[in-house]
Amino acid sequence: MSTATAQKRGFGAAIWDYLTTVDHKKIAHLYLVSGGLFFLIGGLEALLIRIQLIKPSNDFVSAGFYNELLTMHGTTMIFLAAMPLIFALLNAVVPLQIGARDVAFPFLNSLGFWLFLFGGIILNCGWFLGGAPDAGWTAYAPLSAVSPGHGVDFYVLGLQISGAGTLIGGINFLVTIINMRAPGMTYMRMPLFTWTAFVTSSLILFAFPALTVGLFLLMFDRLFGSGFFNASMGGNSVIWEHLFWIFGHPEVYILILPAFGVFSDVLSTFSKKRLFGYTAMVFATTLIGFLGFMVWAHHMFTTGLGPAANSIFAIATMAIAVPTGIKIFNWLFTLWGGSITINSAMLWALAFIPTFTIGGTTGVMLAAAAADYQYHDTYFVVAHFHYVIVGGVVFGLFCGIHYWWPKMFGKILNETLGKITFWTFFLGFHLTFFIQHFLGLMGMPRRYWTYLPNQELDTGNLISTIGAFLMAIGTIVFIINVIYTSVKGHKVSGDPWDGRTLEWSIPSPPPHYNFKQTPLVRGLDPLWIEKMEGRKGITPAEPLDDIHMPNPSILPFIMSLGLFIAGFGFIYQVDNLAFLWVVILGMGITLGAMFVRSIKDDLGHHIHKEDLEEGADQ
Amino acid sequence: MSSDQTLNPETLPEQPERATLEGKNKFLGFWFFLGGETVLFASLFGTYLALNNATNDGPGAEELFGLELVFIMTMLLLTSSLTSVYAMYHMKNNSFSKMQLWLGITVLLGLGFLGCELYEFYHYIHGEGFTLRSSAFGSAFYTLVGFHGGHVTFGLLWIVTLMVRNAKRGLNLYNAPKFYIASLYWHFIDVVWVFIFTVVYLMGVI
Amino acid sequence: MAENTNLQEQYRKKKNKEEMKQQVITFVLMILFTVIAFGMVIYELDKLFVIPTLLILAVVQVGFQLYYFMHMSHKGHEMPALMLYAGAFVAFLTVLTLSVLIWW
Repeated sequence: MSTATAQKRGFGAAIWDYLTTVDHKKIAHLYLVSGGLFFLIGGLEALLIRIQLIKPSNDFVSAGFYNELLTMHGTTMIFLAAMPLIFALLNAVVPLQIGARDVAFPFLNSLGFWLFLFGGIILNCGWFLGGAPDAGWTAYAPLSAVSPGHGVDFYVLGLQISGAGTLIGGINFLVTIINMRAPGMTYMRMPLFTWTAFVTSSLILFAFPALTVGLFLLMFDRLFGSGFFNASMGGNSVIWEHLFWIFGHPEVYILILPAFGVFSDVLSTFSKKRLFGYTAMVFATTLIGFLGFMVWAHHMFTTGLGPAANSIFAIATMAIAVPTGIKIFNWLFTLWGGSITINSAMLWALAFIPTFTIGGTTGVMLAAAAADYQYHDTYFVVAHFHYVIVGGVVFGLFCGIHYWWPKMFGKILNETLGKITFWTFFLGFHLTFFIQHFLGLMGMPRRYWTYLPNQELDTGNLISTIGAFLMAIGTIVFIINVIYTSVKGHKVSGDPWDGRTLEWSIPSPPPHYNFKQTPLVRGLDPLWIEKMEGRKGITPAEPLDDIHMPNPSILPFIMSLGLFIAGFGFIYQVDNLAFLWVVILGMGITLGAMFVRSIKDDLGHHIHKEDLEEGADQ
Repeated sequence: MSSDQTLNPETLPEQPERATLEGKNKFLGFWFFLGGETVLFASLFGTYLALNNATNDGPGAEELFGLELVFIMTMLLLTSSLTSVYAMYHMKNNSFSKMQLWLGITVLLGLGFLGCELYEFYHYIHGEGFTLRSSAFGSAFYTLVGFHGGHVTFGLLWIVTLMVRNAKRGLNLYNAPKFYIASLYWHFIDVVWVFIFTVVYLMGVI
Repeated sequence: MAENTNLQEQYRKKKNKEEMKQQVITFVLMILFTVIAFGMVIYELDKLFVIPTLLILAVVQVGFQLYYFMHMSHKGHEMPALMLYAGAFVAFLTVLTLSVLIWW
């Protein structure tokens, strides 16, 4: 019994540890687990959609429920699965790659996570409280402004809160990468994953405020009777379309750029070669980031902006194919003549290149504004964006998770299970979405609840649904792999892949101060340079000394909880003004926690030199 | 090497706001945040420009806006910007009490501005019957100007909190960055107001 | 040594003072610009002239605010400037779009 209590306290302590942690590596675990959970929820929604479409005139789900499913599938996958999983990799890897002991704002890092999580929970509360959001993940006004019930309110408040978390995370990584690099780690020596993290973070900084404003306008229209999108009050719903896509298009680059970074690191590690055309890769990354802000209206070709605007945005969109093409060729040339190891991580990277190229090609097709009138709102578009987002981002996440799993948890994921995951998911993916190009060209509109028989759409949809199940099997095998590895897996060294960059120079999982001595970086691929010169580890840049670390804090959790409570107050004050008290309570909690944070000095603590030396002896 | 000594040196360095790593991080992070805020206010300005003629047969900019009050508000906020520059000047010279004094004046001017804005809104709502729900123009006006007013309010609370919290212990390298970024925030509020009085009020009555 | 720090301190104070003088001049100019802006509108000058002039005055005033009051003219502001200009670029696109690309 005494052991049971001890274990229980151990469990409680572990929970408390994660609730209060400001350690970027633990925050990475939190992002990974919650992002993974939302990925499963979004995947379940996708399966229900595909089951509904397995045969013509199906009534597996009702039309209204179908709208909720497709809205929540898109919203969940983009905001609650892809974003946090990318933040998981960023948190786990970027500080290690630049030789930093911590991020610039450990407290805000934790706040960003909890805001995301509570926002995600609000978004999903709709399922249990009278209907989930049902106006599409783009929530186009005026539909979203008048959609009955509270569904869209959950969308607005949930995204507002989790969006604030993302913005905070973006600023944190920008400052981390600029200020916290180890001596010698110049910008042009940063691993490409860190570069993409940098560009992605700056895109977050400039894209998310537009969404924030859009959501505020929608919130005021729905909850406080303003008239931004209400034509009878002189409002204009095109404002929403613009604001949404001014955010929304950079958002897809926010997602894909870190995936590009993962592939760059993985391909060069497992080809045993320096990344081909490093400088061109960095240039292409920043160029994609820049162009990403000038193409949003290609989502609005059929809105009626006029031929001049359509032409400008069409050309800008096609221009993005150039830097992306540079990247594709550089990856191929990295492989060329390399000593290639093919394992699970590498399989995802290799599969990505042709898959993403297909997605890019259909992207250029869609960029032709005149032709887009034909493709618009058909399954051709659905196929295109799944080719780039699944074929790019999800493949990238799987690749990165397999690659960095030993760094995060000290164990390599099982290779056999990893390969089964890859092949089932890869085949399932192409089975699901390749056929949708043709369904789209045949005129099948997206977002429709069902279709009629004898329009030659039956077989294609059946194949597509079968593919979706294969992807589900791949995902389940991956979960089995995670459980199997954590139970049966063997501990590995700090450098299981014979890596090239700084994160592989320290133990796996890293100690919470990361680097006992700050490393001295002498070039691109610093660990590889040391290996080539016959050294075992990185040359330190400083003598062993006390290390300053931040203190854990529960305040980020409390601040986010306050906003979560206030969110419900905002939503329900329409029905009953007494809920304004809930708003006041929630905002009071948040502001109170901010006040406490402001007046209490938090100077952090020191790990003493002697303890570090002791640790080395063990 | 205790934090007390490193954070309370006998003479403050030239740029106390950027003397520690935490200070450098805060400084940079806050500037980036202001970069994001630029886009936030641009989206609000864009919305206002899209809807500034959508009066829905209600009152429009020309009938509503009087320039006297706006001129007073502008002068109050511009002056408060200068007084917070004075506060930072004294921070760099390590004279804490003078810094507090100038920050106090900044807060008073800010309160004056906020009072005028509240009076203006009250007048529109009760005198003219012009509210958030009157028209798309009303929604856009109150949202843009109200967002700015919200920023002013938050800035005032922030500066007052800092002043009270540090009143007894004076300036050190831990709180110097905090004062500095609060003053950056205050200047940014003024930047936004310059565009508000130009685009909303002056161009509205032209 | 002590004398040296004292000298440095004096030099610094003097430099700060000079900068403060500049900032007061900036402030006077900003007030002047504001008065001109309000004056042009009150005296109902030609619209085609007034609107661009108003915008130019506002931009110059904001430049003063950023470079002098917020010290962007000092060293170590390269990254803040980069991010602020990037933000201003996106801001410009957003305002332009919402002013001209919304049907009517």
